[in-house]
Amino acid sequence: MAEPEPWEDDEPQGPVRKFMYVNRRAPYGTIYALESLEVVLIAAAFEQDVTLVFMDDGVYQIKKEQNTDAIGVKNFSPTYRALEGYDVEKLYVEKESLESRGLTTDDLIVPVQVIDKDQVAELMEEQEVILSF
Amino acid sequence: MAMLHTVNKSPFERRALDSALRHAVKGAGILLIEDGVYAAFDGTVVSAKVKAALTDHKIYVLGPDVNARGMTEKNVIDGLEVVDYGGFVDLVTEYDKVQAWL
Repeated sequence: MAEPEPWEDDEPQGPVRKFMYVNRRAPYGTIYALESLEVVLIAAAFEQDVTLVFMDDGVYQIKKEQNTDAIGVKNFSPTYRALEGYDVEKLYVEKESLESRGLTTDDLIVPVQVIDKDQVAELMEEQEVILSF
Repeated sequence: MAMLHTVNKSPFERRALDSALRHAVKGAGILLIEDGVYAAFDGTVVSAKVKAALTDHKIYVLGPDVNARGMTEKNVIDGLEVVDYGGFVDLVTEYDKVQAWL
């Protein structure tokens, strides 16, 4: 058994809380979507229990095949695929939001669970902290 | 000629497109840009309204903003014209005036 590295020492772990991030904005017209993603990664780094919900125009954040070459803005959508590597695996999409925009899960860049508005509400009730973007 | 109305807000979140359509006279052009391009796609709850507006208006949509949002010309409602940045400039010169609905 190897000696623990200095950064793997006995530093006490803080409490793990249930965090939900509610994403309701389209990706490029405002900065909300990108800011949400940054904060999600911070929570993941602190090994919190993270849940993401995409609803309203937020479902467009995870639309496949975004190509931002011509608008001079970084395409940050591949980062959603990296969330799994940070143990952020609870991704939900609200059914009503997806359907009203003519989208299906085939249009999305990451695997998600599709739940209806009542199930979203239940999930919100289970959280300790909800951050809305 | 007529006025060109630009709309840059999502029709699912804001009323900018509704206001533009309500105030655009027959013959006025509508140009969808930025998050306004979400109004241009078929199969959504707003596509019927956009199709109806084609009776009185030419409707254009900015291609670079369409592609950035994961869509292509195939997703755009038939009858809308996809333009690039050069086309945007041409429209501004072709129409008398431009009104931006923010």
